[in-house]
Amino acid sequence: MTTPDNTDNIIVVKDVRTNLGGVWVHDGMNLTVIRGEILAIVGGSGSGKTTLLREILMLQKCNSGSIKVFGEELTTATHLQLLEVQKQWGVLFQQSALFSSLTVLENVAFPLHEHTHLDDNTINDLALLKILLAGLPASAATKYPAELSGGMQKRAALARAMVMDPELLFLDEPTSGLDPESAGAFDELIANLQATMGLTIVMVTHDIDSLWHVCNRVAFLGEGKVLCVDTVEKLSQNENPLIKKFFQGPRGRIAKRMNE
Amino acid sequence: MKKSYKEFVRYDAAAKVLVCLDEWIIVNIPVLEKELALIPKPRGEITVNGAAISKMDSAGAWLLSKWLKSGSDSNFSFKLKDFSEQHLKLLALIEEEKAAQTPVPIPKRPGMVQRIGKFTMDQLEEFNDFLSFTGMLTMETLRLIRHPGSFRFAAVVNIIDTTGFRALPIIALLSFMIGVVISFQMGNQLKSYGANLFIVDLLGLSVLREFGPLLTAIMVAGRTGSAFTAQLGTMKINEEIDALNTMGVTPAELLLIPRLLGLFIALPLLSMWADIFGVLGGMVMAHNMLGVMPSDFIARFAHVIPLKTLLIGLGKAPIFAMLIGSIGCFEGMRVGGSADSVGTQTTRSVVLAIFFIIVADAMFSVLLSKMNL
Repeated sequence: MTTPDNTDNIIVVKDVRTNLGGVWVHDGMNLTVIRGEILAIVGGSGSGKTTLLREILMLQKCNSGSIKVFGEELTTATHLQLLEVQKQWGVLFQQSALFSSLTVLENVAFPLHEHTHLDDNTINDLALLKILLAGLPASAATKYPAELSGGMQKRAALARAMVMDPELLFLDEPTSGLDPESAGAFDELIANLQATMGLTIVMVTHDIDSLWHVCNRVAFLGEGKVLCVDTVEKLSQNENPLIKKFFQGPRGRIAKRMNE
Repeated sequence: MKKSYKEFVRYDAAAKVLVCLDEWIIVNIPVLEKELALIPKPRGEITVNGAAISKMDSAGAWLLSKWLKSGSDSNFSFKLKDFSEQHLKLLALIEEEKAAQTPVPIPKRPGMVQRIGKFTMDQLEEFNDFLSFTGMLTMETLRLIRHPGSFRFAAVVNIIDTTGFRALPIIALLSFMIGVVISFQMGNQLKSYGANLFIVDLLGLSVLREFGPLLTAIMVAGRTGSAFTAQLGTMKINEEIDALNTMGVTPAELLLIPRLLGLFIALPLLSMWADIFGVLGGMVMAHNMLGVMPSDFIARFAHVIPLKTLLIGLGKAPIFAMLIGSIGCFEGMRVGGSADSVGTQTTRSVVLAIFFIIVADAMFSVLLSKMNL
């Protein structure tokens, strides 16, 4: 289903305009995600990061513009075309969004039950493997999400997002609500998984440490546009006042110093 | 062997070489498993050639490593040849995790006696919780009486509006139809005795004393009790209740007492409203079916139905209101953890409220008859 001419561009967002409650949140947004990279989307509050993510995930419609994922135009895709794309991506939501009535193992096994024809033993083995890969102990598998701590819920949700071995992984604020140590471990986990499984990762984040540690490129959103896409080193030198404020604040400076 | 499907593995028994081909990904796992099962269990030293694998994900790596493990007898060993670096890394990662993998712990299902015991204890515990909830509400009410400053007048009015005023149309329609049905069924019997006018006695007594308040309470339990539970339960999950507590505003004064008080005021009024429409429905039916003129109906109504009947009916309404309100709020505050729990507690709230309404009604009937009322 991937057309040969854009195999390396997994996501292409072009001229997207979105009006939310009378405000143009996106006013000609352009963004390209290349296969195999970890791209972070950053920006101040209200700059439309989450809205952009939701539009790419087809949870929300944009007013105009084009969004292509795996070469498929999502804004006009039929249900079946969309399903093909949906099978190839995994999403980690900010609040984990684990199904509260299912155990962790059942949560992780859910996409396998829905989209594959594997037998139950294989499904359970694969799901358990992903739970372990996400850094959870096997004993967590039979627990319900409510019985886990926030960090463990994130890991369980990551296991669910990865269970179909997607090529593309979306992470919405993966380290928010985690203590610095767990956040660091989570960053490392994501980087490791990306390296071994060859994933493409798009993450929305506020965590400047994550930007320095795991991201190949960073897209800075502001004024309804993507102001700049570059490596974090170059972005932190950028002269745009909005970007400068983001990176030159006390927290940005500390994160930078730690990485030098 | 004829191959009607894709070939993923090729095994050369003489050279002991397993060649892996094509895409080792999750959607191909069922076919892969079948093909691997056809290969005789490897012995001795075999070489696995991965040069022709075009794509491998963790499920594929898992399957390969599982197959290689399955062949382990005493002198079995394998060599991985020509795998790409990424595939090797993936295999190593899977290998590492598989070593740590223990079978999923299967939770033990408790025996029959144990389950009965647990259920009993849970019921007792819930009853105990309800008692302390009632106690908490009483203490809070007493506190509010001493410090009327933190009484929420607006919240009470809001509750009366949503639970009372907005329920007027549905309650009117429902009671009107109940009046029609009673009149119709009893009218058939009365007509055969020629006692048409006695419909007024029967209808007046049954609607004012029983059906009006009872049906209103059941309707409100379904409409308002469930809403109370769901609202409070969702607030509990969002930690809004905890937030209130930390701000020095008790949930009782802002959420619980206004709801109880609002319903306490609204339900008797709704019952009165239901009485009016129930009798009206009966009157319409009496006119159509039994030929009782509305003027005769009203004249006889005033004559045969004592005020006591209306008062007994309306007197039950505040009790019903307390049942619906306290059960609705109590179950809402018991929600914990998950969205699932909101559903369970809401169901429980409605079922328990209706159950206790009917129990209370039965107790009223017995008590009042003992008192010759």
